[in-house]
Amino acid sequence: MGLELYLDLMSQPSRAVYIFAKKNGIPFELRTVEVLKGQHLSKEFLQVNSLHRVPVLKDGDFILTESVAILIYLSIKYQTADYWYPPDLQARARVHEYLGWHADCIRGTFGVSLWTQVMAPLIGAQVPEEKVKRNRAIMDQALQQLEDKFLGDRAFLTGQQLTLADLMALEELMQPVALGYDLFEGRPRLAAWRGRVEAFLGAELCQEAHSPILSILEQAVKKTLPVPPPEAYPNMLLRIAKIP
Amino acid sequence: MGLELYLDLLSQPCRAVYIFARKNGIPFELRTVELLKGQHLSDAFAQVNPMKKVPALKDGDFTLTESVAILLYLMRKYKVPDYWYPQDLQACARVDEYLAWQHTTLRRNCLRALWHKVMLPVFLGEPVSPQMLAATLAELDETLQLLEDKFLQNKAFLIGSHISLADLVAITELMHPVGAGCQVFEGRPKLAAWRQRVEAAVGEDLFQEAHKVILKVKDSPPADPTIKQKLMPGLLAMIR
Repeated sequence: MGLELYLDLMSQPSRAVYIFAKKNGIPFELRTVEVLKGQHLSKEFLQVNSLHRVPVLKDGDFILTESVAILIYLSIKYQTADYWYPPDLQARARVHEYLGWHADCIRGTFGVSLWTQVMAPLIGAQVPEEKVKRNRAIMDQALQQLEDKFLGDRAFLTGQQLTLADLMALEELMQPVALGYDLFEGRPRLAAWRGRVEAFLGAELCQEAHSPILSILEQAVKKTLPVPPPEAYPNMLLRIAKIP
Repeated sequence: MGLELYLDLLSQPCRAVYIFARKNGIPFELRTVELLKGQHLSDAFAQVNPMKKVPALKDGDFTLTESVAILLYLMRKYKVPDYWYPQDLQACARVDEYLAWQHTTLRRNCLRALWHKVMLPVFLGEPVSPQMLAATLAELDETLQLLEDKFLQNKAFLIGSHISLADLVAITELMHPVGAGCQVFEGRPKLAAWRQRVEAAVGEDLFQEAHKVILKVKDSPPADPTIKQKLMPGLLAMIR
């Protein structure tokens, strides 16, 4: 069996892995795990990842979780172009510096709007307005740092070339955008960066990877989204309760 | 100017960087940034790291923040033994996997355990509700279980038969709740045996030296009001 990727394109790290593999012509079998349908809780998926999380890579007997680890693994194994994960000592350190900050300040914050606006209502739960406002404020603060400290006057987040950092960042930022918070509005530098990243990745690939999340509000209004099975409720409620 | 490391051994990622540099004989100037005195908020330190966080590395003109980035930079620049971050594709992927996982789980839980149990009530005089403390400790407990079941399993170290960056980053985290008086290793013989192996691999003396500050943090005198005022906004954001 060749390379298999377990993904849900609703999930931002899954999209980063998907785009990376597609863009680099890496052959893989797509195993879609629909989180909304509770497929990540199935016995089959449990065999692949006992933590019930996507993305997961399966390469023969080797199973790997965590998007950053997967991206680095793919970049080494398939010898993708240097710019993704530059071998230069300082340039690579900049990518890791961004990814470290991203794990603390972006991840966990930019996914909240999907939960407050779509996931919680789907199971009849509600996120207090105060938490929604707080999340927005934390996002704005992170965006300011992203623009000032990382992007600065550069073309991409860690320098003049696109890296894994840009891909990870764009996918997180797409989450609130899909939920109606156009965070690029009023931030011309960040908007221009998005344009460069999307142009580099290719409009067609971006559209393909982003279309499920970009249509989620519409699907929620039309009530065409799958309703999560009861066994998914406890984890979902816990996740909602943990929103700071 | 050679390599400078801006650290406070109170912070768990700083301890990982400190132990890594010392253990591998990497020469550096230690620049201590005392967090409990608010030195990370000073203008002088903002020149080094505008994010006002430790650890930070300065190597000539090159300034780098974020502990994982610093550890990987030192590992590559100073050609340390391979086991810290193996060349082998799958083995290094396992280190990357752990380092990514801990960021949003163990790191958060260990930090909150220390602040909710000791630093907020004792050092800052800010009471923490029993419910909140119980929730924090329960979450920590769950994560420790995952560390044991999913990562350590029956191996000597988290990735295999040798110590790696993963073990170093993990043990320095766990010493945070230990410093707060949590029984992290009690009832977890596998994790306790692993801790002994990690300490032995690092060297007892170095391990003790790096953890002196955190193991005494419970006895810190209460902060004076000006320091408290200075620290509170950043703290609230950190342990939210």
